[in-house]
Amino acid sequence: MIIDDKLIAYLEELSRLHLSDDEKERAKEDLSKIISYVNKLSELDTEGLEAMSHPFDYTNNFRTDEAKPSFDRELILKNAPKSKDGCFLVPKTVE
Amino acid sequence: MAWETVIGLEVHVELSTKSKIFCSCTTEFGGEPNTHVCPVCSGLPGVLPTLNKSVVEFAVKTGLAANCEITRYNKFDRKNYFYPDLPKAYQVSQLYLPICRNGHIDIEVNGVKKAIGIHEIHMEEDAGKLVHDPWPDSTLVDYNRCGVPLLEIVSEPDFRNGDEVIAYLEKLRDTLIYLGVSDCKMQEGSMRADVNLSVRPVGQTEMGTRTEMKNINSFKAISRAIVYESKRQIEQIEMGKRVIQETRRWDENKDATYAMRSKENAQDYRYFPEPDLLPIEISEEWIEKAKAEMPELADAKRVRYVKELGLSEYDAKVLTAEHDLAILFEEASAICNEPKEVCNLIIGELMRLITEAQTSADKISVSPEKTARIITLTVEGKINRNAEKEVFEAVFKEDVDPDEYIKEKGLMMLNDDSLVSDTIDEVIKNNPKSIEDYKGGKQKAFGFLVGQTMRALKGKANPQSVNKILKEKLDKL
Repeated sequence: MIIDDKLIAYLEELSRLHLSDDEKERAKEDLSKIISYVNKLSELDTEGLEAMSHPFDYTNNFRTDEAKPSFDRELILKNAPKSKDGCFLVPKTVE
Repeated sequence: MAWETVIGLEVHVELSTKSKIFCSCTTEFGGEPNTHVCPVCSGLPGVLPTLNKSVVEFAVKTGLAANCEITRYNKFDRKNYFYPDLPKAYQVSQLYLPICRNGHIDIEVNGVKKAIGIHEIHMEEDAGKLVHDPWPDSTLVDYNRCGVPLLEIVSEPDFRNGDEVIAYLEKLRDTLIYLGVSDCKMQEGSMRADVNLSVRPVGQTEMGTRTEMKNINSFKAISRAIVYESKRQIEQIEMGKRVIQETRRWDENKDATYAMRSKENAQDYRYFPEPDLLPIEISEEWIEKAKAEMPELADAKRVRYVKELGLSEYDAKVLTAEHDLAILFEEASAICNEPKEVCNLIIGELMRLITEAQTSADKISVSPEKTARIITLTVEGKINRNAEKEVFEAVFKEDVDPDEYIKEKGLMMLNDDSLVSDTIDEVIKNNPKSIEDYKGGKQKAFGFLVGQTMRALKGKANPQSVNKILKEKLDKL
């Protein structure tokens, strides 16, 4: 996989991040390294093996349907950079 | 050229669980903003979700009711998108192995039966609510709804007009309410439909380009949106333009759809398996248990009411259209053993009272015991039809005790024939002219005398015994 300017621009858009030209260059280098590192896995022979989504052989980890008190709103909003009227306040978003 | 409309539906329903899908916050509708929120559903770093077992059980029941195959080994995936209604920047959903697949729901439109294919049903989490107004440059976010469990029910593109769509949605709503899976209130957003629509010349097998209309919030609006959007697409093509694949919003006030500003690359959800949740394995026993627990659904009830309880098709349809009415009918009938009487009281009186009070069948508290008691008293001749309605209205409005109310208001019928007899003697004495008329063959005079007697007894006498005693006395004169 080639990490080029076009891909970087696309990733910027998806992640809502704006990189400076310097950062873009560094990101290109880093991402290329990461991809080639992970690509090492492609060398493994997986012929005949079923894909796994989890490393454990374990299923059905459930919770009983019981409602319990939620967190105090002030506590929840404490992590928000901005809040108003009991709500998180974020930059205007248009669907 | 003749055109055909092709429609597929994606219906989202919020499940009636007590707690959210991955945490124990309540699913209750409304509430002050961000008061049903915890670190899990507000997406704080480091938290882990735990799946609510009831969500899986509801999904299995829904799948069985929609004749689906249950995916024995299924799992969750992450659907990534960056939008503030989802604090984690992804929605936990099912893409690769949805819990139910390949089903169908049977509908009937104008006497014609049709099976609508169900492509799949999957479990996912609802998003929060954004309030855009009236802040010009910022948006308020409320995460109370975030993490409420949803089922997304995806149909095949099997609909050809709005009537089929409405019949399907009504059937689906009835089924989910009967299953106890969702309350399906469109006005509260617990049932939402996205309509995928395209047009093509009649006879063409290839699909046209479709548009998607999102979150239309009433059956009526869905009908109108379908008519409008079909016409718009046909006009586009006939003008030599092409239909653009896009999401359009239905504007209730303008009776038109318009294109939503679409973000570029918005469709790149980069799904991948959810690493924080373990797969789900549904055993044969689980499915058998779900099957055994399946309640009788509306269609089955309708048939049984007609065949076993002797109701008309129409009455059976009216009763089963509202789950709460059907349950009241069954429970009250079981107590008093007068299904036809219970049916008449519900359809004749209760539905009128519900409409007058501008409420709905799920909000009333008329007990089957009291309903049955009123009917027993009526059938046994202890109260008359007017009193039956009066007591029932008092039960509906103030939840009175029928026996006490009847006693208090003196609505009990007279069982004392000697009092009736004495009263008739009095009436005969006071109306010599009418007696003469009766003897002269005027039947109207008899009715007048009955009326006088009933009036003197304040309507509490049994009309049959008044008739009988009066006739005997007159014949002896």
